[in-house]
Amino acid sequence: MSIKKSPIIENLRKMQMIELLSKEKRLDGRSLTDFRPITIKVGVIQKSNGSAEVSIGNTKVVAGVKIETGTPFPDTPNQGLLVVNAEFLPFSSALIEPGPPDEDAIEVSRVVDRGIRESQMIDLNALVIEPGKLVYCVFVDISILNMDGNIFDAAFLSAVSALLTTTFEKKIVKGDGEIEFQKCKLPTRCIPISVTSIIIGDNILIDPNEEEESVQDSRLTLTFNDEGNLCAGQKGGSMGISREQLFKIVELSKAKAEELRSFVKKVIENAQI
Amino acid sequence: MGKLIDENGIRLDGRRWDELRPIKIEIGVIKNADGSAYIEFGKNKIIAAVYGPREAHPKHLALPDKAIVRCRYHMAPFSTEERKSPQPSRREIEISLVLRRAMESVIFLEEYPRSIIDVFVEVLQSDGGSRCASITAVSAALADSGISMKDLIVGCAVGKIDGQIVLDLNDLEDKEGEGDMPVAYMPNLDKIVLLQFDGIFSEEEFKKAIDLAILGNKKVYEILKKALIEKYFGTVDEK
Repeated sequence: MSIKKSPIIENLRKMQMIELLSKEKRLDGRSLTDFRPITIKVGVIQKSNGSAEVSIGNTKVVAGVKIETGTPFPDTPNQGLLVVNAEFLPFSSALIEPGPPDEDAIEVSRVVDRGIRESQMIDLNALVIEPGKLVYCVFVDISILNMDGNIFDAAFLSAVSALLTTTFEKKIVKGDGEIEFQKCKLPTRCIPISVTSIIIGDNILIDPNEEEESVQDSRLTLTFNDEGNLCAGQKGGSMGISREQLFKIVELSKAKAEELRSFVKKVIENAQI
Repeated sequence: MGKLIDENGIRLDGRRWDELRPIKIEIGVIKNADGSAYIEFGKNKIIAAVYGPREAHPKHLALPDKAIVRCRYHMAPFSTEERKSPQPSRREIEISLVLRRAMESVIFLEEYPRSIIDVFVEVLQSDGGSRCASITAVSAALADSGISMKDLIVGCAVGKIDGQIVLDLNDLEDKEGEGDMPVAYMPNLDKIVLLQFDGIFSEEEFKKAIDLAILGNKKVYEILKKALIEKYFGTVDEK
């Protein structure tokens, strides 16, 4: 039941922001639908099975994937496991304190988890060693290094980029019972992309920074699969969204997701795995 | 995957695509609380209770210009098929968060500066759509406590089963179906205050789902309104 103080923005700055919004402009000079500059660096943590550091403007996040073996859940004996965890590191903002993941960190991990899971990005059926007994577990741990808004998309991009570059030693039992380990890529099927927008008054802003988030009415994170279908979503913020605004956001986010996906594809193609 | 809708368009529990499960709402079930409500939504059995507005404790939480809302959504260990550990799970913490946000959008928080409104939700038995049933019970409990509100909130999920968008998934449909979308709605202000979903929806399906959710929510609203009217203006012998 944690209740966190949100960042405070000066009234003058807020008024300036809202005035600019009426001209469809933002304080940092972007248009309402522009993302800030995005950088993705993959393979930054050599000891992980896959990793990616993502910045969106001043927001910076690093994700690492570890693959271990474990027992599957009793109701899914023929599937590997996916575990997503996110943590706001204490130096990521003056408002963060050390401690176990609070509700915000839990929300980030669950939203990322659902996006990856529901898009069926990872072929969990291919991660079984012995049905019902031994499977591969994919642990995605996300560390938020610096907070400047839109943590959801940064976390999602880092998780997806890390997974796309994940390799692991696969145990292969040969016909004569001999065990061999073979390096292989994590079986992935698609590149899910999340797009977060906020509503301020009648305006829809994609990729909000922290300043903008502090005056938001509501927030919406939508995840799209390769076909442009929605696969997960989460509303945030403490005000309602109208049906029309909602449909407008879906339309805008869908186009944005396409752009981001081709960017991620390019990064992954250029990376040597 | 089993077939969840038969050739006549009837679902496993006998409902059509646009039908809700039976709903029963009772107001004022916890005498000590400032407001409370009990809801049965299909097999869901949920109690919501409100304490406050009261002095914020610990004091540093208090805000000078408005009330803060604190919410705990909790599932009883016996509420599920297999015993649920009484410790709050990540799911419960997340649901507490989304319920709180929905409440913040409906309460006139600025009327209660420096105070706290505590809302407790206990799921005694869970079925599909427990967070939607919970928010409905919460808004009934808030109304019962007399806290100023802009509207009521009602909740009802939609989902995709056998490729079809249907209203109000039960437990089995939630597990076996292709998608689930809980939606909470303020019927008079026509605003969505809680929205989550998982599962694949095309843009068209998404729009259809939202419209169906709004339709379902309007039906829930009628039931909630009736329960509140019965409680406060109903027959004398009931009291």
